[in-house]
Amino acid sequence: MAGNNAQTQTDDWFDTGGSGDWRGRIFQGVCLGATLFGILMVGVLLVYVTLDAFALTQPNTPRWLDWQFLTSAPSRFPDEAGIYPALIGSIMMMIVVAVATVPIGVGAALYLVEYAPQNRFTELIQLNIANLAGVPSVVYGLLGLALFIRVFTLPYGSVLVGGMAVGLLILPIVIISAQEAIDSVPDSQREASLAMGATRWQTTRNVVLPGALPGILTGTILAFGRAIGETAPLLMIGAAATIYNPPAGFLARFSAMPRQIYTWSAMPSPEFRYGVLAAGVVTLLAVMLSMNAAAILIRNRYQRR
Amino acid sequence: MADDPSKTRVEAVSRRELLATGGAAVAISIAGCSGGNGGEGGNGSGGSSSGNGSGSGSVSGQVIIAGSSTVYPISQAMAEEFQRENPDVNISVDSTGTGGGFENAFIPGDSDINGASREISEEEQQAAEENDITPIEMQVGSDALTFAVNNNADWVDCVTFEELAQIWGPNGAQQWSDVRDDWPDQPFELYGPATTSGTFDFFTETVIGEGGSHRSDYESTEQDNIIVQGIEGSENAMGYFGYAYYDENQDRIKGLSIDGGNGSCVEPSLETAQAGDYPLARPLFIYVSESSLQENQAVEEFVRFYINNSSSDLVSEIGYVPANESMVEENLSTIDEVVGGGASGDSGNASNNSNDDSGNASNNSSGA
Repeated sequence: MAGNNAQTQTDDWFDTGGSGDWRGRIFQGVCLGATLFGILMVGVLLVYVTLDAFALTQPNTPRWLDWQFLTSAPSRFPDEAGIYPALIGSIMMMIVVAVATVPIGVGAALYLVEYAPQNRFTELIQLNIANLAGVPSVVYGLLGLALFIRVFTLPYGSVLVGGMAVGLLILPIVIISAQEAIDSVPDSQREASLAMGATRWQTTRNVVLPGALPGILTGTILAFGRAIGETAPLLMIGAAATIYNPPAGFLARFSAMPRQIYTWSAMPSPEFRYGVLAAGVVTLLAVMLSMNAAAILIRNRYQRR
Repeated sequence: MADDPSKTRVEAVSRRELLATGGAAVAISIAGCSGGNGGEGGNGSGGSSSGNGSGSGSVSGQVIIAGSSTVYPISQAMAEEFQRENPDVNISVDSTGTGGGFENAFIPGDSDINGASREISEEEQQAAEENDITPIEMQVGSDALTFAVNNNADWVDCVTFEELAQIWGPNGAQQWSDVRDDWPDQPFELYGPATTSGTFDFFTETVIGEGGSHRSDYESTEQDNIIVQGIEGSENAMGYFGYAYYDENQDRIKGLSIDGGNGSCVEPSLETAQAGDYPLARPLFIYVSESSLQENQAVEEFVRFYINNSSSDLVSEIGYVPANESMVEENLSTIDEVVGGGASGDSGNASNNSNDDSGNASNNSSGA
């Protein structure tokens, strides 16, 4: 059947709705499969860690993820272990990341889109930013260690250093996504504003930024999602494997959730590597997803306006 | 990319104006950031004085521990117990490997204590002195370095030092049958600690010998669990790590008895290590920075607690041989000497001497 149809199919190639368009259908199927693959993998991961975290397959073991887990410090006994100091550490680190990256990232994007002249130099900057987005995260950790700790002598393994190292890592992503958002504001709106007598600054503030804000937020949120899960830079800048109190300030030593999860993965006893670790992963995912959800709500509010 | 033609038209309008404003925004954000940090500064910087002035009379401050992944479980347990009694002390424990901890944290002055599964090397000692850091050595227990193979590897139960050197030395044997004729014609799959590890250094020095070196074509990792997993996953695998990791995984992998050269095979266990029979028993140390011990009260109290409990069940429960009484005495007097004798002494933690027969195991092992 396939051989027969091949000739006729090429004739009505442009008839996309054609019922016998088997090649188109196969292609569509493949694309659908590709789409579902990602969802499937996330689903498998979620089911797997959730089963482990709540010990659903082993009725005799306690649930690893409970209130006690969220509110207590790590322990060498699996059933007493908790993630609290690392949870607070992660949140504090994200504050540093946000404060460090958003103004610089959006500022750079605004300059590149609205002001920079089109010349070799800006092209070089663009190329560099694109390349920086692909630099392995360990390298940013080493940069953080060399620059912030050795040169600027900021405290080893502190929240500030961790946040700035991870901030550097996501800065290119923030810039690129903000650039795209700003770029997508129609020029007609800019021209309308300027035609009304608004200055360049007024146009940027009242027309471009509000128009680009949902896009900027989306990109920034995605970048934050990556930031909160990063482990390698934290290993390099000396975030603690185990810490019993949440950091007392931004210059105090800290641990973050992915770092704590990594620690658990190295513990000798299997209860840590499966149960406690899974509970940590679920907590991290939950924090990340709720962060995203909150940001989407904020974004939608701006979009409506 | 941003190349909208309209932009060039309006380019000149007020670029400078926005530039200035944008710059100011960035400046403000940075200032806000550093301002916030300035406020916190009192707590952070490792001093014994912390900003929150705890009225309970207990110590406060920050203690930073890095180093050996073998010693890590002990330090972690000590930190956890100490933290219960002194909630205002902030202890962080890291597992970086002995050498990694010395090089990246202890010698640059970023950590107070470095766990070590071997003695400090001369280069490390020198590098530390150049940075005005004086490491003080204290033995806190002993370990039985354990070799393990897959549960299905029924052809091997005991190996000699020579065979281990043959397998793990430079240009090491490629197949099991290269070492012993009745072993299978299968290639080795070797898992071991990374070169930053004290376990690696100790094994290289003890078994392969001073002049020799460790082969480099093996799976090396700082994560002992990966070694366990590797061994569990392949019949032809062999690997080594601290006893605690074997202790926890006895059902998954098979520990090998070791013949240290006198013809008798000794199985790895706390008892054989304690008795001094096990040829790969080795001392475990912590190295404390002298200045931290003198200047940071939290470090002093924590190290005292650590030493007092190093002879207790705390250590044997983890899977290591506790320190004996004479080591504890010696370490405590070292602390008193360094601190200047004026210290308040044992802060009620010394009662934990429950392990009577900790014997002089570690004395023996330190000679290994």
